[in-house]
Amino acid sequence: MSTPTTSRPQRPTAPADPLVAYLVGLGDDALILAQRLGEWITRAPQIEEDIALGNIALDLLGQARVLLSHAGEVEGAGRDEDALAYLRDEREFRNVCLVEIPNGDFAVTMARQLVFSAYQYELWTALRNSTEPLLADLAAKAVKEVTYHRDHATQWVLRLGDGTDEGHRRMQAGLDRVWPYVAELFAADDVAAQLPGVAVDPPSLLAPWTAYVEDVVARATLTVPTPTWHSRGGRRGLHTEHLGHLLPEMQHLHRAHPGARW
Amino acid sequence: MTTAGSAPRTPHGWPLWEVFVRSRRGLSHQHVGSLHAPDGEMALRNARDVYTRRGEGVSLWVVPSAAIVASSPDEQDPFFDPALDKVYRHPTFYEVPEGVEHL
Repeated sequence: MSTPTTSRPQRPTAPADPLVAYLVGLGDDALILAQRLGEWITRAPQIEEDIALGNIALDLLGQARVLLSHAGEVEGAGRDEDALAYLRDEREFRNVCLVEIPNGDFAVTMARQLVFSAYQYELWTALRNSTEPLLADLAAKAVKEVTYHRDHATQWVLRLGDGTDEGHRRMQAGLDRVWPYVAELFAADDVAAQLPGVAVDPPSLLAPWTAYVEDVVARATLTVPTPTWHSRGGRRGLHTEHLGHLLPEMQHLHRAHPGARW
Repeated sequence: MTTAGSAPRTPHGWPLWEVFVRSRRGLSHQHVGSLHAPDGEMALRNARDVYTRRGEGVSLWVVPSAAIVASSPDEQDPFFDPALDKVYRHPTFYEVPEGVEHL
């Protein structure tokens, strides 16, 4: 946890413009998960899976770039995608906590992928009808990407859950690890509520998400966990300790060499 | 759970699959390489990631490498050499008219 010092004014935790805040929230979800999935490169079970996870990470990074670039333009304060990605501190990140938790073993990562890609599938499907043209255009493209992400995770959850005893045990443990972070994805959001027609009301995504995910979990002979606690606050800049470790690695190069180019 | 196709596991875990990509409608599938995957459905998905990242294909086939019956290098001479001295099998005795592009 950071301790505010008296010599430095506390930074604002949310952009004043709700559209900027909404774009930054969705962009940060994609950016932080891309960073996490990138950690698998050279560490995946097989080189084929290395490439698959890298492809998914790059899809997410592409979404993040569009969202953060547009957020910077709407904000009009001269911040571009790099400034938003690399020069904000922990409390200014608006991603949900799910995407920042450590990868764990492959089953934990696949559990997180199932949860998040099924959420993003419903999100982008709904955002195709957004009255904000940039969001609608991005959604049309992203829904195809996310359909594949969801399928990839589904295939692995089915195989690990309905495979060997060891795979089943680990896949159930993976679901148990990520489920406390599920409710936060569908919590009512002040920012989205201020953007009727532009944003999607997160609770409206819960029913279709549940139908899809519970079917996969049942077919994998696994059990939907009933967590005893739920994460919250990511959209207000309140994160788990893990984001504080992820950011220095992600931001180091840009901060050490401002404006560096290949 | 459905698993389309199966193949013997390699010592390294996942079995090997041969990948065929059809780049356009009307063309035939071409062999592009091989990869490892636990079963046929996953092999298709891995092939999508490894071999069609840049829009190379409209259709994919994967075949267990173990299902391929291949000619043996030891039999190369009896298999292929007899064709070499039968020049009449080659269409080299025709005059190609000028300006014919697709013969």
